[in-house]
Amino acid sequence: MDFTLVVEQTLNGLQLGVMLFLLAAGLTLVFGIMNLVNLAHGSLYMVGAYLATWFYQLTGSFALALVLGLAGTLLVGVVVELVALRTLYERDHLDQVLATFGLILFFNELIAILWGRAAIYSTLPEFLSGHVQLAGNLRYPLYRLLIIGVGLAVALLLWFVVSKTRLGMLIRAGASNRAMVAALGVDIRLLYTIVFGFGAALAGLAGLLAGPIFAVQPGMGEMILIQVFVVIVIGGIGSIRGAFLGALIVGMVDTLGRAFLKPALSAVISPAAGDAAGPALASMLIYLLMAAVLAFRPEGLFPVRGGS
Amino acid sequence: MTSRTATLMAILLLLAAVPPVAAYFAEPFYLDLLRRVMIFAIAAISLNLILGYGGMVSFGHAAYLGIGAYAVGVLSHHGIDNGWLQWGVAIGASALVAAAIGSISVRTSGIYFIMITLAFTQMLYYLGVSIAEYGGDDGMRLKVRSQFSGLIDLNDPTAFYYLVFAILVLSLFLTRRIVDSRFGLVLRATRSNEARTRAIGLSPYPFRLTAFILSGALCGLAGALLANQTAFLTPEFMNWTRSGELMFMVILGGIATTAGPLLGAAGLLLLEDTLQGWSVLPKWVQEHWQLYLGVILVLVVLYARRGLAGLLPGDKHE
Amino acid sequence: MKKTTGSTLAALVAAAALSMSFAAPAFAQQKVKIGFISTFSGPGGVIGADMKNAVELALDHLGRKVGGLETEVIYGDDQQKPDVGKQVSDEMVKKHQVNFVAGVIWSNVMLAVAPSVTNAGTFMIGTNAGPHQLAGEACNELFFTTSWQNDQTPEAMGKYMQDAGLNDVYLMAPNYAAGKDMLTGFKRTFKGRIAGEVYTTVNQPDYQAELAQLRAKNPKAVMVFYPGGMGINFLKQYSQAGLRGQFPLYSVYTVDELSIPAVKHAALGQLETRYWSQDLKNEANVKFVGDFRKKYDGKTPSFYGAQSYDGILLIDSAVRAVKGDLANKKGMIAAMRKADFKSTRGKFTYGHNHFPIQNFYLLKAVAGASATADPVMEVQKTVFTNYKDSYGGHCAMKW
Repeated sequence: MDFTLVVEQTLNGLQLGVMLFLLAAGLTLVFGIMNLVNLAHGSLYMVGAYLATWFYQLTGSFALALVLGLAGTLLVGVVVELVALRTLYERDHLDQVLATFGLILFFNELIAILWGRAAIYSTLPEFLSGHVQLAGNLRYPLYRLLIIGVGLAVALLLWFVVSKTRLGMLIRAGASNRAMVAALGVDIRLLYTIVFGFGAALAGLAGLLAGPIFAVQPGMGEMILIQVFVVIVIGGIGSIRGAFLGALIVGMVDTLGRAFLKPALSAVISPAAGDAAGPALASMLIYLLMAAVLAFRPEGLFPVRGGS
Repeated sequence: MTSRTATLMAILLLLAAVPPVAAYFAEPFYLDLLRRVMIFAIAAISLNLILGYGGMVSFGHAAYLGIGAYAVGVLSHHGIDNGWLQWGVAIGASALVAAAIGSISVRTSGIYFIMITLAFTQMLYYLGVSIAEYGGDDGMRLKVRSQFSGLIDLNDPTAFYYLVFAILVLSLFLTRRIVDSRFGLVLRATRSNEARTRAIGLSPYPFRLTAFILSGALCGLAGALLANQTAFLTPEFMNWTRSGELMFMVILGGIATTAGPLLGAAGLLLLEDTLQGWSVLPKWVQEHWQLYLGVILVLVVLYARRGLAGLLPGDKHE
Repeated sequence: MKKTTGSTLAALVAAAALSMSFAAPAFAQQKVKIGFISTFSGPGGVIGADMKNAVELALDHLGRKVGGLETEVIYGDDQQKPDVGKQVSDEMVKKHQVNFVAGVIWSNVMLAVAPSVTNAGTFMIGTNAGPHQLAGEACNELFFTTSWQNDQTPEAMGKYMQDAGLNDVYLMAPNYAAGKDMLTGFKRTFKGRIAGEVYTTVNQPDYQAELAQLRAKNPKAVMVFYPGGMGINFLKQYSQAGLRGQFPLYSVYTVDELSIPAVKHAALGQLETRYWSQDLKNEANVKFVGDFRKKYDGKTPSFYGAQSYDGILLIDSAVRAVKGDLANKKGMIAAMRKADFKSTRGKFTYGHNHFPIQNFYLLKAVAGASATADPVMEVQKTVFTNYKDSYGGHCAMKW
């Protein structure tokens, strides 16, 4: 097999992985701290993509669009938390799943009212649309490299915030013992709102990075949401480290499966088997992985250390 | 007879009276609509057994709807139209798949259970989409509805209606018996306090797994009915949003109540039909009915926890 | 709070009787009722909106009178779900007692809807989906379509690429029945070498991994089928990966007037086959496209719209032929078989299975009239003249 191709596909897997991580980080934080299952997390991703695309069209500046899009998604996230989700923290998972399922319908339709049901135009700015010569005959799109860079930087930043700052200390404390944190006089409600807004902003960041390369349309969030859930379940719910490693594993498994499963099956068993089972198996691969992980390590691969 | 049971009886009497009334007013459409409502009610009843009484939040219940439908479709595709066999296979295959999925997922709880049931259903969905022999994503037309050796003709809307009605009544009765039995007592106990169940020397696992399999089997039967209702089947029956809808029916109707799933199925499907089809409503409601459905969903979960059953006279929480 | 059982029962019965009494029986009508089923919610709703716009334009052109009779069109949303489509069609037939059901975008919805409509003795006029079952063994005298049989379009593309002497073609499609049908149809007429055949997950947003595999294979040409949102993702990424200049891209049902606004220049140079194009120069089409743009602030209609417009005109021609006698179904069938109306595709005839025998063209996405305008699809050449679908042989209907 062509070595360059393997490297290129590994980069693709890494890129999908960091994208999933940006979404998984917010989801897993919200779950770990507020114990909230938020299906509408994908809607925030969609909101981020729409806002950034819209601001880019309005202002003509990609950088400004990123900033405004991020701020906008943060705001939307905070409003959703204050209006709807706040009352759900003490409820069971069932209520949370259903109420946030309702929010998905609401957001998809709201976006359709504001921007129409058709996908809207979004593209890369000229200066980001080129390719980089990495080695020999390996050329890789600059924008995809940028996504990898941003994703890794965010991971580093999150690690810093969670393990080195006061806010991070509260987050960790909140995740392991909520009542105690509240008893110590910390405004737990404010902490929740901050964490949720933070998670929303990360989802928005993933959305605005995705805008130029994907179709920006209502419902775009659900397609990726289920993969994100797979990530946090594999990684161990509530753990940022788990979300990061889980995202990379899912990104790699999915990408390499799509790229090499069919040729591998064709070579090992028969071309007919490769044709018949390859594509179907590739789309089921991450779910098989998740089922296997849950069967043998129900807490995920990298559970929160010492957490509840 | 408690007054709650009486209310349920009244609703069932009303459902039984629909065919003659619809025939009198020459409105056969309502037969189709209510038959579909009852089929989804059976599926919701099956979900309520594990979700309501067993506390197992299955986010993948649509899988059995699909398996039941495919059992009928695949057999029919190969020229076997015998309804006894088709429906038997629908129930059996659903039970078997439920046993396989259950044996892994029932060990987990909370969010893990939600996600693993979702994951298995996604796998089945992609499997259905990719099998070209059985129509893949396009689905399969059911050329002939299930045949019951001349005993009952499913092409006769009224006969089919009463058959679905009978199965509905039977499911209500059976789940009630199960819930009230010793088995049901343990099942309900595992929901409210797992540790205590263990302490009195009972392992919750076999009880929960049995309930999971029973529930899957009943939902498979609903799938067989749905295939006959639509005369068509598709992997779309297993879409994850379907699982969400089934859960919503249970909640909307009133979780862990006998009449709840029936009321919930009726509530959701009639609401959908009304929001989009009722010309009295302004155009902006009709066109964006999903927006309002979403808001109603959120409001029901937040403020009407006891669901429609809670509005019925004589309701007292157990 | 405790009411007696008796009073509860009485109240429920009364409520039911009341709600039933609103639904008074329908009386004999001198009015054409058309039930138009499409997807109006969710992502597919963009196609439904285009179809509805075209239907409304057709009604305008007919003075809101189909066949000279007062007309009511009832729109129904199938939510892209077959069982919902079936329920909506039952509602149209049994409750609204429509004379014609029309529309339907998706093959799977059509397979659930069409038999249930025709079994009830009502006309089904398909204006998009053309699954092979309905062209073959499940053909029906009450079913007509103003679109095409699914395979015709890829067959036309295969023919074109075969004639152009292309070899080492790389094929891609989503891993579902329609995807496989498309590539099978393509291979029915294309006999050259295939460099690779790749099926991707349905609704997969990112094709970067598959595009890397494609580049490594170094084919001479690429042929894909990516409808709707998948096509938008694919085209953007194909263009961003710099493959546009490297491997010429051919496609079916991937680029159209609905997706162009979302990809703009990324569509430039794209080659598609189709039975219709906005620049076809026949009188009906010029009027349709012109008035559509006028009525819907400059929007160009898509082929979905053109077919739906034709659907209403087909019904109009049938009702006129029987002079408004809607009970005369035999007469209307005979009239429709003549395809005696001014179609936006120009003159065509019906095959014995009620699928059009029509031309197919090679279309190309070229730059719009001004620098800021979106690309437009324009006819390059005729690939097939009076082309018949491949499934008619399985249809037992004779006339």
